[in-house]
Amino acid sequence: MTNKQKETTVIVGGGHAAGALLTTLLQKNYQQEVVLVGEEPHPPYQRPPLSKDYLAGEVDQASLYLKPCSVYENSGHQLRLGVRAKEIDRDNKTITLSDHGTLQYDRLVLATGSQVRRLNAPGADLKGIHYLHDIADSDALHEELVPGKRLVIVGGGYIGLEVAASAIKKGVHVTVLEAAERLMQRVTGPEISAFFYDKHRSAGVDVRLNTAVTGFEAGDQGHVAGVTLGEGSTIPADTVLVSIGIIPETALAEAAGLPCDDGIIVDEFTRTEDPAILAIGDCTQHRNLFFTNRQRLESVANAVDQARTAAATLMGEEKPYDSVPWFWSNQYDVRLQMVGLSQNHDQRVIRGSPLDKAFAVFYLRKGCVIAVDAINLPIAFMVGKALVRQHKKISPELLKDPDIELKSLVSSPQTSS
Amino acid sequence: MGKITFIENDQTVHVAEFEAGSSVRQIAVDNAIPGIDGDCGGECACGTCHVIVSEGWFSKTGTLGGEEEQMLSMTPERTSTSRLGCQVVLTDEMDGMTVHLPEFQM
Repeated sequence: MTNKQKETTVIVGGGHAAGALLTTLLQKNYQQEVVLVGEEPHPPYQRPPLSKDYLAGEVDQASLYLKPCSVYENSGHQLRLGVRAKEIDRDNKTITLSDHGTLQYDRLVLATGSQVRRLNAPGADLKGIHYLHDIADSDALHEELVPGKRLVIVGGGYIGLEVAASAIKKGVHVTVLEAAERLMQRVTGPEISAFFYDKHRSAGVDVRLNTAVTGFEAGDQGHVAGVTLGEGSTIPADTVLVSIGIIPETALAEAAGLPCDDGIIVDEFTRTEDPAILAIGDCTQHRNLFFTNRQRLESVANAVDQARTAAATLMGEEKPYDSVPWFWSNQYDVRLQMVGLSQNHDQRVIRGSPLDKAFAVFYLRKGCVIAVDAINLPIAFMVGKALVRQHKKISPELLKDPDIELKSLVSSPQTSS
Repeated sequence: MGKITFIENDQTVHVAEFEAGSSVRQIAVDNAIPGIDGDCGGECACGTCHVIVSEGWFSKTGTLGGEEEQMLSMTPERTSTSRLGCQVVLTDEMDGMTVHLPEFQM
């Protein structure tokens, strides 16, 4: 056969990972047909501003889009938006869609992302209780950010705190309830948690730690009027945001019999057990050559880097995934940049002082830097990227000595992340 | 409306139109130009939109901010006319400007 027909690659999901994959394939002149199936009516867009600039009404919806629609229209590839993939038939390599259509695939990439973790408590379905995952959620919450209103945020992680910062600027009365003993406990060390605690308190946010929520009190017409706490008291609320994390969206993969364990299991080439099916982004439990254990990461950087790995795999290049994870958050005038995973550290070294509003925490394990959290100190983040990747022993004294340039601690130029 | 030329490390040339007020990163991303990532969405948080401005145009691009300076300071391909694309807001004066893209983004 001389006229070989094009193969079809279907991407399920319309988030950052899906968008980055399609863009990378475009840039690499991928010759096969690509169909992206996205449940939301929007082309792939950036989620980080949904809790920050977009929520505050400072940027418009089009500015969130990863690419203007014209890029897709001119690409020859297809976006099927507002449609959900319902079922995968691996034997026949077809997908059933919510509009009753079916799609044939040669290669399938699952970029199904996550869903918000819901709070299962009495009154949880009252009106005025919000979650924040997509544009529609951010639009709905934006409507509530009116001066004088009382917003209670359940969960003091990235999303809850970013919303708190956005809301207090608008004159909203904000309370943050965190069940753990410090903010952002899952992702950072105590010094950074303490810094953000002080920052939010001084901005006027009522931050309460060690505070468990037991339910919600109803007011008029099924609308929430308060949040009840473990010790019996109630905090009055006009609006509630529940931001207690996400769970990976694996239902489609599980129903198709693909191995999942808190995420769709993929190797360092983003391949699932089925050679025709890849998975990328928040929904994956993945191999990264940089770590011994499998990882599941909730981040833009992971979504984008895995998308690039998947693009290489689809094009037969096979470049294993070995990115050092990184993250960022903006709250008020504070820029937090994080690189590496700090969870297993055995030593912390502080450079600079929180009082100066610019400092960094280096997390070491057996003498090697495994992660850095930098507050308004981008150089520590950039040097941290190199140090984490180098993984060699470094003296804590050097890391904290203000007379030693951080740059000088990196032994040789890095050429690629 | 103006034009800006992006030259990839392999010398592939892309010419793109811009409206004053957009950033160099935004124009590159909107036109799907390879070699400029801008992963953080233009918040000066990632350092993946490094561009090298042509001699003669650099002075028109404004001055480097403190954060931008720190973000660029570890970039091996940095030159004296390096900028982060997200921090260069295009003006009519930059019509006709050429920027080169590095081989790697950090």
